[in-house]
Amino acid sequence: MFLSDTYRKIASDGIWNNNIVFGQNLALCPLLAVTGTATNGLGMGLATLVVIIASNGLISVTRHLIPSEIRIPVFVLLIAALVTLVDILMNAWAHELYKVLGLFIALIVTNCALLGRAEAFASKQPVKHALWDGLMMGLGFTLVLVALGAAREISATGTLFANASLLLGESFRFLEITVIPNYKGFLLMALPPGGFIMLAFLIVGKRLIDQKFQKFAQKKILTTVSTAAVAE
Amino acid sequence: MIIDPVPTESLKEKIAAYRAFLKNWLEPSNLARLRPKLEFQTGILAGFALLASVLLGVTNCSTQGTIQQRLDEDLQNSLEEVVSADLHDNDMLHDTLTIPSAGYNIGAAETTVYLAKKSGNVTAVCFKFTAPDGYSGAINMIMGIDRDGNILGVRVLSHKETPGLGDKIEVAKSNWILSFVGRSLDNLAPEKWAVKKDGGEFDQFAGATITPRKSVQATHRGLQLFKAHQAQLINP
Repeated sequence: MFLSDTYRKIASDGIWNNNIVFGQNLALCPLLAVTGTATNGLGMGLATLVVIIASNGLISVTRHLIPSEIRIPVFVLLIAALVTLVDILMNAWAHELYKVLGLFIALIVTNCALLGRAEAFASKQPVKHALWDGLMMGLGFTLVLVALGAAREISATGTLFANASLLLGESFRFLEITVIPNYKGFLLMALPPGGFIMLAFLIVGKRLIDQKFQKFAQKKILTTVSTAAVAE
Repeated sequence: MIIDPVPTESLKEKIAAYRAFLKNWLEPSNLARLRPKLEFQTGILAGFALLASVLLGVTNCSTQGTIQQRLDEDLQNSLEEVVSADLHDNDMLHDTLTIPSAGYNIGAAETTVYLAKKSGNVTAVCFKFTAPDGYSGAINMIMGIDRDGNILGVRVLSHKETPGLGDKIEVAKSNWILSFVGRSLDNLAPEKWAVKKDGGEFDQFAGATITPRKSVQATHRGLQLFKAHQAQLINP
């Protein structure tokens, strides 16, 4: 592998083992609010990804300056300033994107995952690791948002990535798929309770996969042990 | 002005001294010694707050004009949606009248009316209005009316209605909002300004009656506002 063990561990933690939603159960508020469609999930995920990399980097750079007694107010200040900065700049220079994503940017302030990563990781690690952690945590979060959005969208309206061309540009129109034609619709899934229900299914799914892997790994150990015993 | 070579040397030395001091000061071991001190903590918190506010202030000031320009473009686009280009040759955005609208329950005490003029004569007017009582919050809309009081078009600018049900008021999701075109207070009796369920003229959506009902009522109130100021608006 081209990555060292540290980077590989950060990557697997961010995307799977210690995923913001599955592992840490953080950021549920923006998660449930925007995942009505896969497109919205993707938008929120990308916005969070950018901000979490920037906030991790910023906090890691200044980590020696920040006394532990006042770290929380400083982190909150930095994250809020950063989010507002992104919000203003995007409104001015990427207005079309802002009209679609603007709603999500403001929601990132309430995203405790950023503060969580600042506290648990960025404030203790060198800048390179912190940036990588931000990228991986952001990717993991984006994956969950898209998965949850897709599951809710398919069950609620029978489509996938509706209006993706508004977010990503005309060339991404091919993403817009009608999965179930003539679907009558299942409104509950588009409403907040549907978010909770679908999230529960996803978490169960993740746990089942983890269990399978664990059993598989145990079996492997057992067989190596028994073959070793036979060889003796 | 000729600078003496000696002070330049000393200036360079000064800068070098400052840099060395800053470098030493920023050493992790030195910072670790400073961190428990109360005055250092106060200073850091104040410093970060100052830095953040300066950064935000500068960004806000430098982008304010651009953002206003973008919002104007947005407004211009929505105006063009409801008043077609062949109806006017003026800049509607800057040809406005403000009329009192407090009694009409359309969201604001004063409404800015954008005038569409062709060779100096008003051909149509256009204004934003709000249904403050939508199913889950205000529904912000814009409408264009020709000088005789017929609706040229209505569009929803923003709303928080239920996705999949109430959002059929958006022109992107359904043609419903186009059913206002050509309606006026003269060709539709007051009791017909309602959804079919209430004995009116306009369709409701399966599973969502409140959203279209409130949109129809707000549009009706908007027309009444126009009627009350019609003379003033078409001959400004």
